[in-house]
Amino acid sequence: MHTRYMSVKHGLLALLERAPMYGYQLRQEFEASTGSTWPLNVGQVYTTLSRLERDGLVEAQDSTEESQRVYAITDDGRVEVRSWFATPVRHESPRRDELAIKLALAVRTPGVDIAAVIQAQRAATIRTLQEYTRAREAAGDDLSWLLVADSLIFTAEAEIRWLDHCETRLARAQRSAKPPAERSSPVRARTTEGTRS
Amino acid sequence: MTAPVLELRAVSRVHGHDDSAVHALDAVSLTVAPGEFVAVMGPSGSGKSTLLTLAGGLDSPSSGDVIIDNVRLTGLTRSSLAGLRRRSIGYVFQSLNLIPSLTAVENVMLPRELDGVPARRARSEAIQVLDEMGLRELADRFPDDMSGGQQQRTAIARAVVGDRRLILADEPTGALDSHTGEDVLRLLRTRCDAGAAAVMVTHDARHAGWADRVVFLRDGRLIDETEPLGSPESLLPA
Repeated sequence: MHTRYMSVKHGLLALLERAPMYGYQLRQEFEASTGSTWPLNVGQVYTTLSRLERDGLVEAQDSTEESQRVYAITDDGRVEVRSWFATPVRHESPRRDELAIKLALAVRTPGVDIAAVIQAQRAATIRTLQEYTRAREAAGDDLSWLLVADSLIFTAEAEIRWLDHCETRLARAQRSAKPPAERSSPVRARTTEGTRS
Repeated sequence: MTAPVLELRAVSRVHGHDDSAVHALDAVSLTVAPGEFVAVMGPSGSGKSTLLTLAGGLDSPSSGDVIIDNVRLTGLTRSSLAGLRRRSIGYVFQSLNLIPSLTAVENVMLPRELDGVPARRARSEAIQVLDEMGLRELADRFPDDMSGGQQQRTAIARAVVGDRRLILADEPTGALDSHTGEDVLRLLRTRCDAGAAAVMVTHDARHAGWADRVVFLRDGRLIDETEPLGSPESLLPA
């Protein structure tokens, strides 16, 4: 939640660097820049704007209506945006990853076909990757959205590489658990029917 | 329903026999429709490249049928098989096989000329596809005067030139950086959108992401596949 507030806060400040805007406009611009990947509701935008105003990072310009108030970035706000861009994003503690937890528990749960769990996930993640790839191609040459789409694609790819790696690791663990006599080549023919010389 | 461009019916390929027989491919069935881009994934030794050589008529199955555009390959004479391969199938294999004494454009127009297309037309088709690959300026270079990536794109241009119905690609982006690799995948995609069918072997999930359907091979068997994608519009973020 905290991280989310931080990214919305800085996202809005960065947009206000370009020009003063009102809340609805900020929401539209935020979504346009990130390909609507992380939708914002107007309530979130106004809550964030009032915190930014309280902290002296933006100021509301004169307006007759509350919903049409135009916000402008202050000098302190500009300093804050510069500092945000200059500071690497920190991944402080590993986020909770349902898939890693699932596989970690699958190896310890009797009766679970872990190869099937891995394959089902691989097919699902590749399917997601196909969708991202297609959406990215359909979105033309909007650079911001291309970067966000690439990020989604590389994250999905990393998950699939990790699944491949898990599979190899499991196969090795299974081989070393068996006595040598039982090890066999999986591609050995079950039948010689149709064999050509 | 339109007839498939490629159909594998219970195709097996066995190397060796009796006790030492190895099933490189084991009763694989796969149908690829016009306009469809299929990616084949699986670990090394799972039969991916065998599937591709059988689909392209470069090797014969031990059992089962390979059918391209309603033609069963098993029944063909050697010369009609060669003709079908040249006219209907474009291959992008890991080895590029460019002819060193021919320029890029001559390499690309060669299969068309062999098919009896007049040189002038073959040349303009070749130039067009070289242009799509970003190689127009290099059309008159010899392979030795091109970088590895440029040679690879030339080989791909040769594979897709003309009106090939079926494009078979084995790790087609091998030596290319990720942006040039994307250009290659985009080109394959464009060809499929124009009605060709493509089968691409890849170990890279990001490349498979360009396909309409991904099939998974394991120990010579087709074990799983993704559902075909819907229209691009339905996938755009709301």
